[in-house]
Amino acid sequence: MTPRPAQTEESRSATVDATVSDGCVFLSGDLLIETVERLDRDVAEARAIDISGIEHLDTAGAWFILDLGRRISPDGDDVSIKGASDAQSQLLETVRASMPPETAEAESRPTLSDRIEDIGRATANAGRIALELTSFLGEVIAVMGRLAIHPRRFRMTSLVHHMQQVGWNAIPIVALMAFLIGVVLAFQGATQLRQFGAEVFVVDLIAISVLRELGILLTAIIVAGRSGSAFTAAIGSMKMREEIDAMRTLGLNPMEILVVPRILALILMLPILGLIADVSGLVGGAIMSWLELGVSPSVFQSRLVSNTDVWHFGVGMIKAPFFALIIGIIGCYEGMKVGGNAESLGRLTSTSVVLAIFMVIVVDAVFSVFFALVGV
Amino acid sequence: MSESGTEPIIKVRGLVKSFGSHTVHDGLDLDVRRGEIIGIVGGSGTGKSVLLQQIVGLLKPDAGRIEVFGENVRDTSPDEYRNLRRRWGVMFQDGALFSSLTVRQNVEAPMREQLDLSDDLRETLAGIKVRMVGLAEVAQTKYPSELSGGMRKRAGFARAIALDPEIVFLDEPTAGLDPIGAAAFDTLILRLQAALGLTVFLVTHDLDSLHAICDRIAVLAEKKVLAVGTMAEMLEVDHPWVHEYFHGPRARAALETKGGR
Repeated sequence: MTPRPAQTEESRSATVDATVSDGCVFLSGDLLIETVERLDRDVAEARAIDISGIEHLDTAGAWFILDLGRRISPDGDDVSIKGASDAQSQLLETVRASMPPETAEAESRPTLSDRIEDIGRATANAGRIALELTSFLGEVIAVMGRLAIHPRRFRMTSLVHHMQQVGWNAIPIVALMAFLIGVVLAFQGATQLRQFGAEVFVVDLIAISVLRELGILLTAIIVAGRSGSAFTAAIGSMKMREEIDAMRTLGLNPMEILVVPRILALILMLPILGLIADVSGLVGGAIMSWLELGVSPSVFQSRLVSNTDVWHFGVGMIKAPFFALIIGIIGCYEGMKVGGNAESLGRLTSTSVVLAIFMVIVVDAVFSVFFALVGV
Repeated sequence: MSESGTEPIIKVRGLVKSFGSHTVHDGLDLDVRRGEIIGIVGGSGTGKSVLLQQIVGLLKPDAGRIEVFGENVRDTSPDEYRNLRRRWGVMFQDGALFSSLTVRQNVEAPMREQLDLSDDLRETLAGIKVRMVGLAEVAQTKYPSELSGGMRKRAGFARAIALDPEIVFLDEPTAGLDPIGAAAFDTLILRLQAALGLTVFLVTHDLDSLHAICDRIAVLAEKKVLAVGTMAEMLEVDHPWVHEYFHGPRARAALETKGGR
């Protein structure tokens, strides 16, 4: 094949022409990818194509010639193509072998029933995931039971390492977050309560909302984003590099080595993080109440002690291990689901975080109803 | 096939490249002639891929000149560079397909970027390229994650030749393929090189490929191109590493089977 014109500017100005005479289409000029669309492909009567006038020809041009041939005689009689150089005929042969099938199937647009089917599939899929998560939870509990019988198989180092990762290292962000929540509550509460001259009730507002709901809920959300995603990513990348399979062939149980220490670490650490969040939330609230409302720390403290039932704190703490279990199970389960490619790792990591936060909030709502019914 | 005597299509002069204190290239010269298949060989870490990346402008050399189509790759304006890029295609080791696009959309990507074609024409032409590299019709609408390694390489090749480039750079096209797949890929390169008039810059470790398809071989060692020539010339080279490479047990086995192609 002759090299194409050196500059794209030149190829833009490249000319191509088609004339019909004596039942033969004469093509001339540069039949290139940039120029093929300029030609009219509706040629009525012809029996042959003459390309001896073609200077430059590329794949697109070759396709054009062959397609023209097909249009001229749709019943399959080969239209003769004349005047091709050796290189050109070689290119034509290669492209001829790669021509699209004549009956190109039209891509069908999704119909209403397709969409209904999609919804059905998604529902069935959600049900299947719920089932798998439950079975994963069962497996984790079974492995924990076995470890309780054979405590020597338990990986203490791993547990401590994960406790540091999910607990100790999360303290600064959790404390700061809760402190700011306390500040915001005090500030917003103050503006509203001042209208009624009931500034001092800001203590109750902060205490109940932080201890009962916000402290632990926001801690769980932060931990889901921090540690749940880390679980999925770590286990997922091990799965991707076949480390999990290697473990199994060595007779090691990945549930025992990877999953249980992570989940246990979370169950142990989340209540502690929740406690830290409670304390720093109250401190934040107290400081803001002092600055904004003039409620001194000693008033804040005495009102907190006398007016706030200890069950508000209890309700928050009871929820912590359940949230921890949800985050841990979902994080590890999604990690185990990672396949051989990097896309699934990214996709499942984000799924893990979204699902964990969603489930935490759902369970929190269920707890609210439950505690309202039992009257605490 | 090779028009010797004409100006080389790729001309590298006095190339220097180092990463930190580690010098990869020090005064490297290389000519690639129009229409030939040149194989670049060298031990691990001798900078074969680094050389390729510098030629296509992904890495900046510390010193030296790289001319492709007679134009200095480093001194081009963005527009000129765009035109240069339009005339070469690169296939990366594992295909480097865009994972969010199907195979055909991957091949369409350079056309979409560089040209203003109608959707129908672009799809048709991309379909032709996909069939040209020997991928089945069903592979067109598959995503890269659904393909085997060999199919991904073929799809990467299809994307590299999407715009009918004059040069294709292939980075280890046969690495990780089974012998049948590797031989088929060699044949594919040879067939398309002839049909499309390609110049092929082939980074490889595969001795069979070197024997089967390369017109010339360039050996990278000691931070420069140690020897360039045909296979027969390579067998004569005295340098211990080159000698070991082309006379080792694997090389002999490849040489013996050469007639079978």
